[in-house]
Amino acid sequence: MLITQLKSKETIEALAKGKTVIINCHGCKEVYFPEQEAAELQKELSVGGNVTEIITRDYICNPDNLRFQLKKFEDKIKDADTVLVFSCGVGVQTVAAFLEDKKVFACCDTCPLPGFQGVTPLEFDCGQCGECYLNSTGGICPITACSKSLVNGQCGGAKNGRCEVNKDMECGWERIYRKLEKLGRLDTLKYEAKVRDYAKPFKESKDEG
Amino acid sequence: MMLTELFQRGEFVVTAEVGPPKGYHIEHLLHEAETYLKGHVHAVNVTDNQSSVMRLGSLATCKALKDKGLNPIFQMTCRDRNRIGLQSDILSAALFGIDNLLCLTGDHTTLGDNPQAKPVFDLDSVSLLHMLKKLESGEDMAGNPLEGEPPKFAKGAVVSPCSDSVDVQLAKMEAKVRAGAEYFQTQAVYEPEKFIKFMEKAKQFGVPVQLGIVIPKNVGMVKYMNANVAGISVPDSMIAELQADKEKTKAGITGVEISARLIKECKPYCQGVHIMALGWESKIPDILAKAGL
Ligand code: SF4
Ligand code: SF4
Repeated sequence: MLITQLKSKETIEALAKGKTVIINCHGCKEVYFPEQEAAELQKELSVGGNVTEIITRDYICNPDNLRFQLKKFEDKIKDADTVLVFSCGVGVQTVAAFLEDKKVFACCDTCPLPGFQGVTPLEFDCGQCGECYLNSTGGICPITACSKSLVNGQCGGAKNGRCEVNKDMECGWERIYRKLEKLGRLDTLKYEAKVRDYAKPFKESKDEG
Repeated sequence: MMLTELFQRGEFVVTAEVGPPKGYHIEHLLHEAETYLKGHVHAVNVTDNQSSVMRLGSLATCKALKDKGLNPIFQMTCRDRNRIGLQSDILSAALFGIDNLLCLTGDHTTLGDNPQAKPVFDLDSVSLLHMLKKLESGEDMAGNPLEGEPPKFAKGAVVSPCSDSVDVQLAKMEAKVRAGAEYFQTQAVYEPEKFIKFMEKAKQFGVPVQLGIVIPKNVGMVKYMNANVAGISVPDSMIAELQADKEKTKAGITGVEISARLIKECKPYCQGVHIMALGWESKIPDILAKAGL
């Protein structure tokens, strides 16, 4: 899941040069968009009278969808000096490619947010590693529960069960070990050295099981 | 010379550790090593950007020490290089005739002096050992053949015997042995009873273990370690000992006495000692003499 955060007011004001069209993407289930803050900021920007149109749509990251959605604003866009996009980075890139000769600016920063839609964020997270380790680790994800994403056991940095990177965080490998201990399944950890395959998640066809 | 040969001969293997400077002027380090380590220890570890603080490289420092007639141990962490960089540096070590390696995962980047850096951790201590075995068999990690005679190393690793989760550490130690670790150096030990208990369990793996010693310099240092350093707890009695005679502690005498005592108590249970002097290299000959080594 992604979260978009507004850039600072000063930054956005400096980008809004000349006649300006604003495009908001209220996104999809994967992106959290700060609707209210964006609306307030856009109201302030509009005071000067330079904002000629505020367009709010969803799924602007889909080029075909974007083309249809912008059709009826064609004239306003043609006339504009600047297009400000409030969306995730993918949306901005899609708009910038579509309006290739316009100044298109991003007004948000895009960050990953732990958890998928419908799952308690922060408690469970999947790093989409492409070779799920959960079956060796008692159902606790070593990629996201360990600060170094280690797959072969605890590093030397855990103190009092806490991670060396963040004392407020339980060491993921401590959790994995305790869980397997409780299940009487510590033997599960006696596997051959695991080596991550960073090419794997991006392979289109899988030639191995 | 490979540390494994010394263990095989039944020697009580003594090593010390030096940290490269933050800069490339190495005269002081070399002078200290030649004065206090040469002839006193079997080999000298060179740390790899220890505590994630950017410094002169371990490999270059190993080479400089070797040129002065010392036996270096090249420490490698997985924090700063991916598997291509690590394998390449291992081949470079072989070219320089450096044949002792110590494999670590490495501290996280956020703990050091360039916390903005990207933490790599493409491999970890276990997969690094696994990779060494592959290189020794004549192929790289992906299975591509190496040209010529493959390199050969004494492959070391670390373990934390006084960790508050020693069972988790033992599981990791076992994974390291399975992956090819041939000797272990430990985190600093201040509690011989814990170390002896640990060794009773570690014995089953059949690999030599060197007791880790960090010379306690003063009360502030040990209190800091108690609060912040994983796997270290200095008992109150030892803190009192450092407190008792401030002048004696300041002169380093208390630290030397404690270190020598720890070595004597643990010696029957381990196969060597590794001294991390953290700038007090000049005390090492004294410690060894007092410990009867
Ligand atoms: S191991 Fe973790 S990151 Fe990998 S697929 Fe499973 S849950 Fe996701
Ligand atoms: S302390 Fe635990 S969670 Fe933190 S990096 Fe080490 S193994 Fe991972």
